[in-house]
Amino acid sequence: MQAIVVEQITKSYGAKGAVKALDGISLSVAKGELFGIIGPDGAGKTSLLRILATLILPDAGEAYLQNLHVVRDYKRLRSLLGYMPGRFSLYQDLSVQENLSFFAAVFGTRIEDNYDLIKDIYVQLEPFKNRRAGALSGGMKQKLALCCALIHKPEVLLLDEPGTGVDPVSRKEFWDMLQRLKSWGITILVSTPNMDEAELCDRVALLHNGRILAMDTPAGIRGSYERPLFAVRSDEMYRLIQDLRQWPGAYSCYAFGEYAHLALQQSLQGFDTQADSVMAELQQYLESRHHTGIEVLRAEPGVEDCFIASTKDR
Amino acid sequence: MNRFTAFIIKEFRHILRDRRTLLILFGMPMAQVLLFGFVLTNEIKNAAIAIVDPSKDAQSTALIQKLASSGYFRIEKNLEAASQLDPAFKEGKIKLAVVFPPDFARQLDHDGSAPIQLLGDASDPNTATTLINYAANIIQDFSAQRKAEAVLPYQIEVQTHMLYNPELKAVYSFVPGVMTLILMLISAMMTSITIAKEKEMGTMEVLLASPLKPIQIILGKTAPYLVLSFINAIIVVLIGVFIFGMPIRGSILLLGLESALYMFVALSLGILISTRAATQQAALFMSALGLLMPTMLLSGFIFPRESMPYVLQVLGNIIPATWFNQIIKGVMIKGAGIEVLWFQTCVLGVMALVFVVLSMRNFKDRL
Amino acid sequence: MEAHVIFTDKLTKTFGSFTAVDQISFSVAAGEIFGFLGANGAGKTTALRMLSGLLKPTSGIAMVAGVDVMRHPEQVKRRIGYMSQKFSLYEDLTIRENIRFYGGIYGLSVQTIREKTKKLVDKLELGAHVDELVLRLPLGWRQKLALSVAMLHEPRIVFLDEPTSGVDPLTRRQFWDLIYEAAADGVTLMVTTHYMEEAEYCNRVSMMVDGKIEALDTPGQLKKTYNATSMDEVFRKLARG
Repeated sequence: MQAIVVEQITKSYGAKGAVKALDGISLSVAKGELFGIIGPDGAGKTSLLRILATLILPDAGEAYLQNLHVVRDYKRLRSLLGYMPGRFSLYQDLSVQENLSFFAAVFGTRIEDNYDLIKDIYVQLEPFKNRRAGALSGGMKQKLALCCALIHKPEVLLLDEPGTGVDPVSRKEFWDMLQRLKSWGITILVSTPNMDEAELCDRVALLHNGRILAMDTPAGIRGSYERPLFAVRSDEMYRLIQDLRQWPGAYSCYAFGEYAHLALQQSLQGFDTQADSVMAELQQYLESRHHTGIEVLRAEPGVEDCFIASTKDR
Repeated sequence: MNRFTAFIIKEFRHILRDRRTLLILFGMPMAQVLLFGFVLTNEIKNAAIAIVDPSKDAQSTALIQKLASSGYFRIEKNLEAASQLDPAFKEGKIKLAVVFPPDFARQLDHDGSAPIQLLGDASDPNTATTLINYAANIIQDFSAQRKAEAVLPYQIEVQTHMLYNPELKAVYSFVPGVMTLILMLISAMMTSITIAKEKEMGTMEVLLASPLKPIQIILGKTAPYLVLSFINAIIVVLIGVFIFGMPIRGSILLLGLESALYMFVALSLGILISTRAATQQAALFMSALGLLMPTMLLSGFIFPRESMPYVLQVLGNIIPATWFNQIIKGVMIKGAGIEVLWFQTCVLGVMALVFVVLSMRNFKDRL
Repeated sequence: MEAHVIFTDKLTKTFGSFTAVDQISFSVAAGEIFGFLGANGAGKTTALRMLSGLLKPTSGIAMVAGVDVMRHPEQVKRRIGYMSQKFSLYEDLTIRENIRFYGGIYGLSVQTIREKTKKLVDKLELGAHVDELVLRLPLGWRQKLALSVAMLHEPRIVFLDEPTSGVDPLTRRQFWDLIYEAAADGVTLMVTTHYMEEAEYCNRVSMMVDGKIEALDTPGQLKKTYNATSMDEVFRKLARG
């Protein structure tokens, strides 16, 4: 069974729909899947999640969660979905414990009823249970928000940018928690602007300007990259990138950490046989440009490479 | 725990933990009653006045003496002619001028009556009205004394050149006004702000995505403020009674019930505002401009409705405070019962119904 | 290496009992891209605001472009460019109006502003949009424009507070092209970011944890010291303490 089905959802804002936030989005998520909506700010992530959370109405298209329509059946839907908005949306002046029991009461349940589900997370919060939520660190706030969203054991969990404002360590822990939640059969839809978090999802949709650029498993997305890719570095990064862009065979060149990723114009097909000669050619070219500390490697494309390639092509 | 109880407990925690809200809730009403009570009702003392007395006879001197010794007036200028008045008023030094005719005593003795002109600086109408009333009373008094002493029945005519002259209000008339204002303020403003705060902080998003019904959210948000408003009403009445000597001539039960009705109207107005305001600031602005100002200006609390232009009087009719002001004055000062105040009560009842229906319909259960 | 254009010694800022920046000491050379890394609340923004004369330090020394920040914050402001993630441009003004406004603030002549507007717009390929409200521009374009506007008065030092936060990967790289270009012209850039991979683009990086600089070196050296393969790993090792 598909836990989430989205068909041709469109949403615009502003006078006469001046800003198109979502432009004919379709996707489906299987029960128990961890699905990522990956895209930069303004891509339409929040609009999509709010439509699924029954909080805003789409202009056109249909969406179902657990076979319930997000517009028509929104009342029934609300008791079986868990939603964590993009900003920290708990009561800052209430303590950890007070927030949790309030949200339990709102959903007509008690902390004890579904304690198993949140136990892993809650034990980390327990030492601070009398501290006001506003005084928690970013990571702790996020864990509390997750607890509150899980307190009624939702069937579908919608998380809007849970990693924003959280340090890398807490972010990693947060993703580990999501992995564990999957074992309870909870379907999770999570949005993030961080491309590297795509790898942590079962499947992802790359969202840009209200449209889906690609939708697949992370491996599938990486596999769809059509050009040969090299990781190159030298002692002068900026000059390196400029020189590589001027190289006759170059399609694009961007910095990726300590390397520059160079994509070639030619297709990947049958490239393997020429790879070594191209690399030698590159090395020579860079030496002729007086680069030092040159290193040229064949690179595996990442999700970010794919995102850049598909936004550049548009 | 029941959803609703949980909500109310949470709401009380917010209120109790926020010192600013607490201060607004309880400090402001008290400060306002005391301030309005003292500032607006304090009698005017030693107001600077000018005298134009070309006659300079025994009668005019006696009257001037009486004016000066009343304590209300201090004679700032003695002018020769009425033509000197204009510059004096423009200087802003004098608030009132008393102008005698050239032969005051002779006119009194011969004709039995004499005109005195009172000129008020109406750029400050309230002060002018009060001063003119004081002066007129003193002159009236002077005239009565003469009448008793003299064989001939003579009389002084007082001519005031002020159209703006309502009855002088007593000290305690302002307590009902302040109560009307404060109940509106606390109930409507605080409710709209607290709902807007949930929107601003993003918590409303979570509440809406939960199975809570809109009516539960609304009631949960308003119930605590209804209780607090009622406590405030009691405090204001107590201050009125014990500090300003305000009477409660009518039924206390009726007063309580009418106040509750009025608060209900105010609360539903607050919710109505909150359905439009996305931030606390917007809510504050809307309730200050849309409720506070009209309540203060048009309800007859500070400015008498009788003297307003017709349009403003009609406008005043749609303000709940106008009706509650009449009710509370009726109950407290005149000792009126429901048999007198049924119409005003019905108007408030209809308003309550309309606003509740409107706010419920406008309260979206989506973003 | 050239003289240090930024120099701090035990620079500290406290808010009440909370120490946001705790005795940080470092120096930055001209033309360097210096990264300020750390989690939210680690003190990056506070440090940057002190250096740009927006916030008075509690104690310590900070010299920026040869000016004492503590004593002459106004002179510092004139010599630097500042761009933050939250505030950069007026959304309800057009591109042209924004440029004119900022040019005016720094006392550029009408003629100069006109020339600079043309140059800037051509460079960013914004020609068709110059009279559109900033509101209508995609976030990425806005950030690129904001950086260019922050450098309108040709400052020798530019502070960038999370300039690429939430921007799509392609635009982010175009933004870094602008940063590199400025550095190649000899401008010193101080950048805060929470994208660890962007740390690699800096000449040197300082890692802030709870208001203190826990590590400061070139990205390569940091990875060596902490025996890590990426800056992300370096950061996680540091944060765990």
